[in-house]
Formats: sequence, C-alpha cells, structure tokens
Amino acid sequence: MNDALQIQSITGVDVELKIAGPGGRSFAFVVDWHIRLLLALAWYVLGALALIGTLSAEAIPDAGSAFVYVVVLPATALFFLYHPVLEIVMQGRTPGKRMAGIRIVNQAGEVPSVGAILIRNILRLVDSLPGVYAIGLGATVLTEQSVRIGDMAAGTLLVYEDEVHSEDIRHLVSPTVAKMGLENLQLVNDVIDRWEGLDPASRVDLGQRLLARLGHDQPDADADVLAALMRIQQQGTD
Amino acid sequence: MAENQDRLTANWIEKRSSSWQDTEASLDALEDRKPVDTNQALAAIRQYPELARDLALARRAAPNSTLTRHLQRLYTRLHRVIFRKPSSLGRVLARTFSRDAALAANRIRLHIASVTCGFVLAGLAGWWLVSTYPELATLFASEEMIEKVQGGELWTDNLLNIMPSALLSVSIFTNNIVVTLTAVSLGVLYGLGTLYIMGLNGLMLGGIFAFTAQYGLAGRLFEFVAAHGFVELSVISIGGAIGFYIGECIARPGHQGRIESFRRAVSEMSPLIAVCVVFLVGAGLIEGYISPDNRFPLSMRLGIGLAYWMLFVLVLTGPLFRRGDLPSAADSA
Repeated sequence: MNDALQIQSITGVDVELKIAGPGGRSFAFVVDWHIRLLLALAWYVLGALALIGTLSAEAIPDAGSAFVYVVVLPATALFFLYHPVLEIVMQGRTPGKRMAGIRIVNQAGEVPSVGAILIRNILRLVDSLPGVYAIGLGATVLTEQSVRIGDMAAGTLLVYEDEVHSEDIRHLVSPTVAKMGLENLQLVNDVIDRWEGLDPASRVDLGQRLLARLGHDQPDADADVLAALMRIQQQGTD
Repeated sequence: MAENQDRLTANWIEKRSSSWQDTEASLDALEDRKPVDTNQALAAIRQYPELARDLALARRAAPNSTLTRHLQRLYTRLHRVIFRKPSSLGRVLARTFSRDAALAANRIRLHIASVTCGFVLAGLAGWWLVSTYPELATLFASEEMIEKVQGGELWTDNLLNIMPSALLSVSIFTNNIVVTLTAVSLGVLYGLGTLYIMGLNGLMLGGIFAFTAQYGLAGRLFEFVAAHGFVELSVISIGGAIGFYIGECIARPGHQGRIESFRRAVSEMSPLIAVCVVFLVGAGLIEGYISPDNRFPLSMRLGIGLAYWMLFVLVLTGPLFRRGDLPSAADSA
C-alpha cells in the first residue's frame, strides 16, 4: 500500500505528501456530517419559527410556496451541497478536513478541478451504499491510495497537510542556532512542545539530559527544567 | 568544524527568513484565486526555484526539523499555485452546453438506443404482466393508489390540494435526479446495477399504464405525463446509457487499467450528466406547475412537452449552439 504521494517538480526537488487513510478520512467525514446536519436543522427550525411561528407540520400548507423556498430548499441545500460547495470554495478542504489536517488533491498533488470535485461527490451515491458508507469505507481499506469509488472516478485522493507557519520558525532566526546547531534547537523545541503530554518523571529526566548535552546546568524541579529549556529556545528572540 | 557549520546555517536562516515570510504573505493572496498583478505572479515564479534550493539545503542540514517542514509546506503551496490550471466556471458551463454534452451523447449514441429499446421492452413486459395477471398490479402500485384507481380517480387528481406546486416540483426533480444519478452510479457494478434500475423502471411504467387502462384511466394518465414525461423518460434512458457505458469501460478496459478506464469514462460523461440534471429540474417544475393543473388542455401539454424535448435533443445533438461540426465518435475516440 502506498502511504505517500510523490510530487515531482521541474526544479528536481520533489515532495512527498502522506496519504490519509480510512481513519483520517472517517474523522473528517464525521465532523463534517455533524456540521452540515446541525446547520440544516438550525436553518429549518429558525426558518419555520420565523415564517409560521411553529414547528407543527399542520401549519406548513398555510405557508404555501414560501415555506419551500425559504425553509425546505435552503436546509436541503445546506445538507446536500455542503461538501461540493465547500470543497470548491476552500480548494479541496472542508471544516472537517481542516480539523483532521487533510485535503483533497489530484494525482499531481494540485488542487482538483471543479469537475473532479463534482464527480467525487456524485459518486457518494455508490460509496454510501448500503446506507452506512460501507462501500466507500471498504474501498479506502482495500485500495492502494486509500480512496473511495468517487475518488477513483475523479482522480483525487486525500493527503495530510503539515500545518507549520512562519511563527513556528521565528525563533530559528537567532544566535541560538549558531551556538547549538539547528538539530539541537529542534530537540529543545520538540521537548517543549510535548512537555505537557509527557510523564512528569520522564520529562524531567529527558530535560536534564538535554540540558547536560547542551552544557547547561540541570535543575531538579519540573518547572525549572522547562524554564531552562525555554530560556535556551528564546535566547535570540528576547 | 561543526560549530562553523552551525554558524553558516544560522547566517543562512537569518538571510533567507524575510524571503520566506514574503513568500508566505504572497501565497495567501495568490491562493484566493483573485486576480493578481503581473509583478506578483512573476515574483512567485522567481521564488519557486529559490525555495526549492532552500528546501534542499534544509533537508540536508536538519531533515526532520520544523524549518524543513515549513519550507516543504511553502514549496508545496507555491507549486500548487504556479501549476494550477486556469479555470472559469462560466466558460466551463458554456462549453458543457454548447459542445461537451453533445460530444458525450454522440459517443454513447448506441448505448442510448439500446437502453431505450430495453426500457420500452421492459415497459411492454410490465403492460403484458398486469394485463394478463391483474393481481400483479400490487407489485407496481401502492394500496392507496389502487383504491383510488378502482374508484375511478387518478392519484394525481387534486394533487395541488395536497401539496403546493413548489414543494411538488422540488420533491419531483430531487427524486428524478437521484434516480438518474443512481442509474449512472450503479454502472460501477459492471452495468448490472443500471440494468436492474432501468428494467424495474420500465416494468413499473408499463404496469402502471396497464393497470390504469383496465379502469379506462390510461388516457388521463398520459395527459398528466404529456408535458414533462418526454424529457423525464429520455433523461432516465440517457442516465442508464451512461451507467452501461461506465460499466462497459470497467468490464472491458482495453489497454488501460480498470481504474484508469473508469476515470476516463466518468470524466467523458460528466458534461452529459450535468445537462441531464439541469433538464430534470425543468421537467420537475413543469410536473409541479403544469401537469397537475387542469386548466392546461392536452394539446397545450403536448406542445410544451414536445417543445421542451426538442430543446433537449438540440442541446444533445449540437446544432443549437454550434455549427454541426462535432467530430464523430470514431474521431473523438
């Protein structure tokens, strides 16, 4: 099974994008499903209350066509057009995909065309069979690039996107790099980033060994070790 | 030696960081798909090889560092922006209606003819079944429908008293679009899914007409479907033909792989599907506003139905927007 999509470039510097598997895809879908359901329901409830003042079905015929055009149609459109519209507007992403850190790309790693996005959404009809996306899920488990039938037809796939912004590398513009090297500074950053998730005893031990490697004093207290690491990280940016 | 290397890296980062920030800022604007000035576009093209070089250096200095990941992300974004194909929704729509749908219809004309024949045969079979064994009407009509017909009424009578035209139109065209897209999509099952859908729809149509004929209501049912039925049934046949074409491309992919052949078939047929969906919306509006309204006589219904069908045929054969210079299926293959 391929776990990366290789993007070839005329510069000769190629990039590999990690392909999202059934887990990442399902997570994004579940988030999006809830968002579109809640949006559609909210529109229906608010629209019905504003237009006929009640949620009772008996009052709907009195409202006539207005109820259809103002309440039913927009709510239905919100639910069914959520994916195609947002995937086009957000260039291969949706709020759920953003949360899962994934996006749709074509086989060249580029933003898919409008036609490709529409095709992959029409084929949801097949992927969703027999009602719980069994075919789609089965296809993502069995296919080489973890794609469902709609993606096969459209030539698309989902890849992970690394969310690293310029703020994340600001501290690299510092004398710290010259003093301790890029890789050591990266180690410090990684330990600080993961500090909260580490077991307290292990993180103090890890922090002390890192401080020793960099030639710094090694305090005993958990908070002091973290503070020492953060001082190293921020040396040049203060 | 190592210290010297670290100093060089630090100098390099310091020197290049402002350029990376500029690239990130310009990418935010470029990705918006709004028109950008030439200088901005040229700057992006200039930045591309520079960024490639920086990424290669960062990979060598610290392969898994935040810096490398950041540069890789910038480089990927810039690559997408530079190699993005120009697109205009208006142009795509115009081309779909004026050329691509007709090309697709031309390519599957034999499939359309075969599916239409099959659909008619299934309809005749449904007619024969219900005419010969009237009790089989329960297979095609609900109990409520049967009771109404037995009472000398059609289920379409007084439809507007039950449901407003708008709601009726929306529910009808939504249902028809779903049926058509399902007929197309189930072509994935080597065309068998499409075969079942088309067969079932043909049987139902024939069976229902035979059932109403037994109570002398077939003429009134025809009057009801006259305005919208020509296009609706044509679209369903075309949907079936597309499904069969897709199924055939998967079953007999030729020198391509099955997935590649499937992808090509769907891509070729997508303009035709789009046109069919648009015409189904129109047919749904006619079925909601005109078909149940008794003020429209049969002649007017037939006029509307045939005129709408002619428009559909003209779009799918080409002459409406074009000069009749569509390549043949053999040319375009």
